[in-house]
Amino acid sequence: MIKRSEPADNEVILGILNGSKGILEEIYKAYFPMILQLVVMNNGNDDDAKDVFQESVIVLYDKVKKGDFVLNSKLKTFLYSVCRRLWLKRLAQKSRNTGNITDFEDVLTVEDDIERHEEKDRQFTMMESALGRLGEPCKTIIEDYYINNRSMQEICEKFGYTNADNAKNQKYKCLQRLKKLFFQG
Amino acid sequence: MDITEQIEAYLLDEMSAEEAAAFERLRASDPDLDQKVVLHEQFIKQMKDYGEHRKLISEMNAIHSSLDVESIREEVIPFGLKVRTMWRKYRVNGAVAASVALMAVFTTLFSTGYFNKATSIRSDYNALRREWSRDINTKVKRSQNEILQNINATTKEPSAPSLFGGTGFALNTEGYIVTNYHVVKGADSIYIEDNDGKSFKTTTVYVHPSYDIAVLKVTDPSFKLPKSLPYSFKKSGADLGLDVYTLGYPKDDITYTRGYLSSKSGYAGDTLAYQVDISVNGGNSGGPLLDSKGNVVGVVNAKQDRTDGASFAIKSAYLLEAIDAIPKDSLGRKVSVNTKNTLASLNRGEQIKKIGNYIYMVKVY
Repeated sequence: MIKRSEPADNEVILGILNGSKGILEEIYKAYFPMILQLVVMNNGNDDDAKDVFQESVIVLYDKVKKGDFVLNSKLKTFLYSVCRRLWLKRLAQKSRNTGNITDFEDVLTVEDDIERHEEKDRQFTMMESALGRLGEPCKTIIEDYYINNRSMQEICEKFGYTNADNAKNQKYKCLQRLKKLFFQG
Repeated sequence: MDITEQIEAYLLDEMSAEEAAAFERLRASDPDLDQKVVLHEQFIKQMKDYGEHRKLISEMNAIHSSLDVESIREEVIPFGLKVRTMWRKYRVNGAVAASVALMAVFTTLFSTGYFNKATSIRSDYNALRREWSRDINTKVKRSQNEILQNINATTKEPSAPSLFGGTGFALNTEGYIVTNYHVVKGADSIYIEDNDGKSFKTTTVYVHPSYDIAVLKVTDPSFKLPKSLPYSFKKSGADLGLDVYTLGYPKDDITYTRGYLSSKSGYAGDTLAYQVDISVNGGNSGGPLLDSKGNVVGVVNAKQDRTDGASFAIKSAYLLEAIDAIPKDSLGRKVSVNTKNTLASLNRGEQIKKIGNYIYMVKVY
């Protein structure tokens, strides 16, 4: 067991819900060493630990934001269990290990969370590839409007459209194309 | 207004109250439109999720790069783990490599004859038996020859040339012949051939490996036992500078070479042997070393490679000791040694002529 200062679990949940930036850093610093230990002691390297840990944080954020996160165990245990499961899967893929792992913490069953995460991950990959194939300036317009929450006016100025309606039209066309690309796979 | 634009405007609350109410009415009456609205909403959410996901990752990467992973690792990983993980990872490879290395070492040592006791240290010690063939399958060939002989039992002499050869000389008038142990070592059958080219089968009656002495007995009934031997055996040690000569079969005809006794110890201080400055070659092994009066002072057995004038002969005292040690019961009675010398007054040429009849080529199959 690694002892280091951990943020209170309910603070973390609140921080995630409020979109606090500081809380991410606290989570990272408090729990990454534990995961580094787990992965490195079980045939992994620093980069493996980083990947696995970041995925587990994504799972946590997703779960909290979805609103169904019930704190019936320590947050630490949850993160550890997710990482452990993810790492076992990777080991199985690399066939370096047949399912035995040296444990350092208590473990929860997190199969559902992992499955949900994998499904989301697939969608993210699809979205990424669809956006990639969309090409410029569509990609930037869409990202600016829907992801970065820029106003139509800002986009209009950035791309030099004569008026916001032109920009809006362009955005619709882009959106239609993106949908097509996304649903075609 | 395009339908997608309408949906979007509706979802983003960009419609006026009446417009929104009208849209909602339309949506309620048209399931197709409702489906489109739901899908569009989902899609926008997916895009937003994707954006957040990306943002989260980039934030985490920023945090990660600000961390000192190296020191964290040192803190959480117990000392010596690196060695242990390396060991766990590479122990199989290591084991394989080690066994290959061991195999290679022992194979090399074995094939170069390191385990062959007699030559283990004596790398430049050359036992003087004559080799007809250095073939690796010597042993196989030897046994094949033996089989051949068994089939053709009537054949008196094997047709194939012998594989090893040396020299032997008569010990007494009873058909006992002395040669070197290394000449007959591992032999299937041993023949002696006299000066006239006649072959006789013999059996080994006694070997003394550490003295490099072997005693053979002629079993062939056609062998004519000598009435008397012209030479005797010297019981005491010989002096340095003693003029000596030997007769042997480094080739198919008997060959005479002479020299002098140069040291009372043999190879690497071996007190069993004399060092003799005499030019001898493979095949001279087992030949008698005689002094000018015709006394046997030793048995030629080896020379040192890469050194001039260093040949070796087993001292006659040890030859006699070895013969003395032959168990009586194995032969019925003691092996006697000729003691009467009839050569003392003769010159070298006459001596050789007389002795020559009792020096044999030893052929080993």
